[in-house]
Order: sequence, then structure tokens, then C-alpha cells
Amino acid sequence: MALALALVLVPLALSAVAFLLPSERWRPWLLPLGGAVRLALTAAALPRSDVAALSGWMQLDALGKVLLLLLDVLFFVSALYAPSYLRLRASRENRALCGCLLAFLGTSALVAQAHHLGLLWVAVEASVLASAPTIYFNRNPRSLEATWKYLLIGSVGIALALLGSFFLAYSAVHGGLGSSLLVEDLVRGASRLSPAWLHAAFIFLFVGYGTKMGLAPMHTWKPDAYGEAPGLVGTLLAGGLTGCSFLAVLRFFQILQAAGQADFARQIMIAAGLLSMLVAGAFMARQRDYKRLLAYSSVEHMGILVLGVGVGGGAMFGALLHLLNNGLTKGVLFLSAGNIHRAFNSKLTGEVSGALRRVPASGALFLAGFFAITGAPPFGLFVSEFTILRAAMRGDHGWVAAGFLVALTVVFLGMGANVLHIVQGEPPADRQPTGFRDTALTVGPPMVLLGLVLLLGLYIPPPLHALLTEAASALEPRS
Amino acid sequence: MSRAADPLLVVILLLNFALLGTSRLRTVINGTAAQGAALGALLIAVPGELSWHTLLIAAVTVGLKAVLIPGMLNRAMRDAAIRREVEPLVGFIPSLLLGGVGTGAALLFARTLPLAPQHVGSLLVSASLSTVLTGFLLLTTRRKAITQVTGYLVLENGVFIMGMLLVEAMPFLVELGALLDLLVAIFVMGIIINHINREFSSLDTARLTALKEE
Repeated sequence: MALALALVLVPLALSAVAFLLPSERWRPWLLPLGGAVRLALTAAALPRSDVAALSGWMQLDALGKVLLLLLDVLFFVSALYAPSYLRLRASRENRALCGCLLAFLGTSALVAQAHHLGLLWVAVEASVLASAPTIYFNRNPRSLEATWKYLLIGSVGIALALLGSFFLAYSAVHGGLGSSLLVEDLVRGASRLSPAWLHAAFIFLFVGYGTKMGLAPMHTWKPDAYGEAPGLVGTLLAGGLTGCSFLAVLRFFQILQAAGQADFARQIMIAAGLLSMLVAGAFMARQRDYKRLLAYSSVEHMGILVLGVGVGGGAMFGALLHLLNNGLTKGVLFLSAGNIHRAFNSKLTGEVSGALRRVPASGALFLAGFFAITGAPPFGLFVSEFTILRAAMRGDHGWVAAGFLVALTVVFLGMGANVLHIVQGEPPADRQPTGFRDTALTVGPPMVLLGLVLLLGLYIPPPLHALLTEAASALEPRS
Repeated sequence: MSRAADPLLVVILLLNFALLGTSRLRTVINGTAAQGAALGALLIAVPGELSWHTLLIAAVTVGLKAVLIPGMLNRAMRDAAIRREVEPLVGFIPSLLLGGVGTGAALLFARTLPLAPQHVGSLLVSASLSTVLTGFLLLTTRRKAITQVTGYLVLENGVFIMGMLLVEAMPFLVELGALLDLLVAIFVMGIIINHINREFSSLDTARLTALKEE
């Protein structure tokens, strides 16, 4: 009881402290502090199976644990990057950034634990609203535009998700299930839910939460938001927040699975997954801004996640592993891209080259992150993408596997051209050094994340394997 | 469910068309406010019996959707000294036509969904979907930030109507969630509008075009 609430309330309390603390210099240290406390709480919660509160509205199951693990590792490691980064950007006030990131950390634990459809919706909404002000960190017209689009498109998504939740609730009322909106109760009584309402509900829910994930064609806010936000924020949005919405989709998938309507959901998810991958690939090839490039990479990987769930079987495990891999690698890419941005004072591919010479460590990390994210061995994404591909070939999904491979190739080529231009060659003569140098605190965190991705590619620790297997089995039909 | 609900839903549907067909921002804001008031009345009409709880929720709904938020928007309109929506991406007559087609489609689609006995024959589902669509149209085809925010409000109104089907089974959380969300979202948007106004000296989101694919 206490642990379930502490996971949410401790970061929220620290967020309040961040808003009240007057010192610009000391406030950023609250981020690693909050990250460390949460990591300790999560470590205490992971082996337990009885973490719950509010009479079952909050429960930490295997799916929630996977998300919580990802969020906390990513938050803690990238929070170590924050103090030195924010000292470089001392001209901008960091009160809203620190406070909102900690608030997001708190609400994301609510998403991970919510087992009540209403609470889940409130929690996702809260995480989205908490993260919106962080995009406006640079306080210029471009970041304002990005924030406006993020809020408006995001709010529409969340409104549609609410409509879908109502549809689902009505199918429960219509089926005589009473007034409980707990996932367990809905799964138990799933055979009595009306299929017509369920289908309509899933469409609205998938579009709604899919907008938050940034699946094509609802992804248009994403390049703007990730392009204008600081690399630190991009890491947490692309690696963490998208995972929250993905978990929401999975919860509804669980209910459809129990109702015997999973095939309907699977078809939608496979189609949306492939579309996202192809759209992302097409936009990457002609992208001139390397932070927007990373945003399209995020669209691509959201596509891989829902495609994995849509394929099912072994791909379910692959998709959950991919959630971890993608989140951690996004951290490597966004943080090292942030360093390159500082060193060249430009985020346009055409104006940046020779990153390996000017900031060798960041340039190398960016290059390694590129190979990791495009699924090159020996990194973790190779394993998870291969798992999904193998399941697609084994199942009756030959053309899905073909489309998957084509999309991966397009992405590799499109992204590779940009990345190689940035890291290779000589720094352009008209871009004088900005004085930014690689330091332990700006290079260390992405290096740690890269190490974790490498580890996941070589060896998955048995407890993690067991956790992922348990989470994947929760998404399969009950035998 | 009492029969008083359907006339109110017809009023809401007519207001949808009024919103789609006008260029005057004041009409759009006031139409949204009227819709909010109708939603409050709907909350009292649907359960059929009065309780303090429903009265309270209805009062909060009317207070937020018909008074406070339209008031904020009217003030933003006065401060920015703009009165009309100019050059929408889809004109006013085509918007009306789209709204008509959408309402027809919503009526047809709603008939395919099975309803509990106490709701059979009600307009709730089709009115909800049609209002959501109206909000979506306003949101995507208008250029002024104020009209876009009202579009979002109308969209939320549509979701709210759908919640009426559940008001007897699960009254509390659903409405509270909707209202809370609305308040926060509009509050945040209000701040952003303020910033757009200061940065661009205009509330025209068409100026927000620096970020796009070439």
C-alpha cells in the first residue's frame, strides 16, 4: 500500500520542492535525487507481487513493472546529465523544466500501476500535461509553436481516448457487468461484452492513445516537439512517455484478447505499425534537422512496438523487450545529439560535420546509437527486432515480415546518410568551436545507456527474462 | 431516462451547425457557452430524478462550460482585438455540408450499436458522435487559436454527451475526470494563447508555420 503510493507521491513532493526552491544552481540536482529515490523504491517493488493501493485501482503487475523499470533507469541516468547541461543553459530559467520532469516521473508511476480505466486515463493525461511545459524550455517562437501543436493534438487524442473508455464502459453496462471499470473485472467478464461496442471502443482508444505514442498518421506533433525540446526532454518523451501510452494500449488489448476479439485489434495494429515504419522511413531520407530525424526514428519504433503486439506469439516478448531497448537507445541518441548541438550551435545536418573530431566521445556515441537503433548486432534492438521478425515468419504473416524488412532497410539508408554526414569529415570552417567540450557528466550518462543496450543484446539477465515472459503471457489468450 | 433529453440533444445538434456556419468569433464562443448550458440541463434531465449530487455536478458543468471558459475566451478575443475568423481552410458552407453528412453518418452508425433497454431510441450516441465531429472540424479547419480552443471545447462536449449513457451506472468518476481535464487543458492553453499573442502580436496560428517538412 505504502510502496505503491510512494512511487507516485515522492516524485510529486520533490516536484513541489523544485517549484519552491529559489536556487537556479541547486535545483537541477533534485532530478538525480528524485531519480535515485525512485530507482530504490522500484528496486524494492520489483520482486514483490503485492504492491497495490486504493482497493485494487492501483496494482503493480508484470506489464507495469517493465514500464517502471524502463522509466526509472532512463530517468535516473539522464538526470545525471541534467545539472551540467542546465549550467550550460544558465540564461534560461530551469524551474518549470525541473518541476515538470519530476511531476512527470510521479504520474508515470500512476500509469504503470493503474488498473482502473478511469484512473489510467487520468494518469496518462496528467503525464502529458506535466511534460508539455518542458518543450517550451527555450522560450522562443519555434518552441512555442511546438508546444501549441503538442497540446492541441495531444488533447484531441486524449479526448478520443476518453470517448473510447466510455464506449468500453458502456459495453460493460450493456453486458450486465455492473459498474466496475477494473481491468481484472472486465477481463473476467469479457465474454459478456458486446463486440460492436468493443470494436468501436478499441478504434477510439487506439487512435487516442496512438496519438500520444506518435503512430502515423497521428504523429505530426512529434518532429516539432522533439526537435525543439532539449535533448534531455527528448530522451524522456521518446523513451518514457511513449511507453506510458503504449501500456494503455496494451491494457485494452488485454480486454479484447479476453473477449475473443483480439484478431480485430491485431489487424489494426499491424496496419498502423507498418504504416508508421514506412512513413518514418520516407521522411527520414529527406530530413535536414537531426533532432527531427530522431523524432521520426521514434515514430518508426512505435510502429515496431504495435506491430509486434499485432503479430503476437513470440513477437509479444519481442515487443516488450523492444520497449526497453528503444527507450534506452533513444537516451543515447538524444543526449549525444544534444552535445553535438551545443558543440556546433546548429541542429541542421547541412551545417554540422566532423563531430568525431570536435566532440569525439559524443560523435562516437551518436554513431554507435545509430547502429544500435537501426538494429545492427550486437545491440539489444537486433535481438528484439529479430524476435518479432521470426514470429512474423512463423505465424501466417509472410507479407508483414517482408514489409518489416523493407521498412527497416529504408530507415537504415535514410538515417545513415544523415548520421554519417554529421560524424565524419572536418568541422565546417564557418562554425567556430562554441567552447563546449565532452565532460564526464555529459558523456557518461549516454555511455551507460549504450552499455545497457549492449548488455541486452548479449545477455538478458534471468530475472528480467522471467519478468518479460510473465508480462508477455498476460497479453496472450488464457489457455 | 426521461423524454426531456431528446429536445435538448436536438438543441445541441442545431448549435453544432450554428458554430460551423459562422465567421464571427463572438457567435462561436457564445454558441459553445449555450451548448455548455444545454449539457448542464441534460445532466438534470437524463437521470429522471433529482439529487444533490446531480445538481452540484450540473452547476459545476454550467459554471465551467457556459460561464468561466467562454468568459476567458471572450476576454482573450477583446484583448487581441479580433472579431472574425478569416479564410478558414474549409469554407463555412462546405463546413456546414460536412457537418450535415457527418451527422447523418453518426445517426446511421449509432443504429448499429446495441443499446440497453432504458436507452433504446435515444439520440445520445448519435448526438455525441456528431458533436465530436463538429469539434474536430472546427479544430482542424480554422486558423485562429480562439476558434481552435472552442473546437476542442465542442469536442469535449461531445465526449461528455456520451458520458450521459453512464451517468446512472458510474456517475462520479467519469464526470469528474472530464471536468478536471477540461479545466486544466484550457488553463494551459490559455497561458499558451497569451504567449502566442505576445510573441507574434496575433492570435493567428497560420503564423505558426516555421516547423514543417520541406
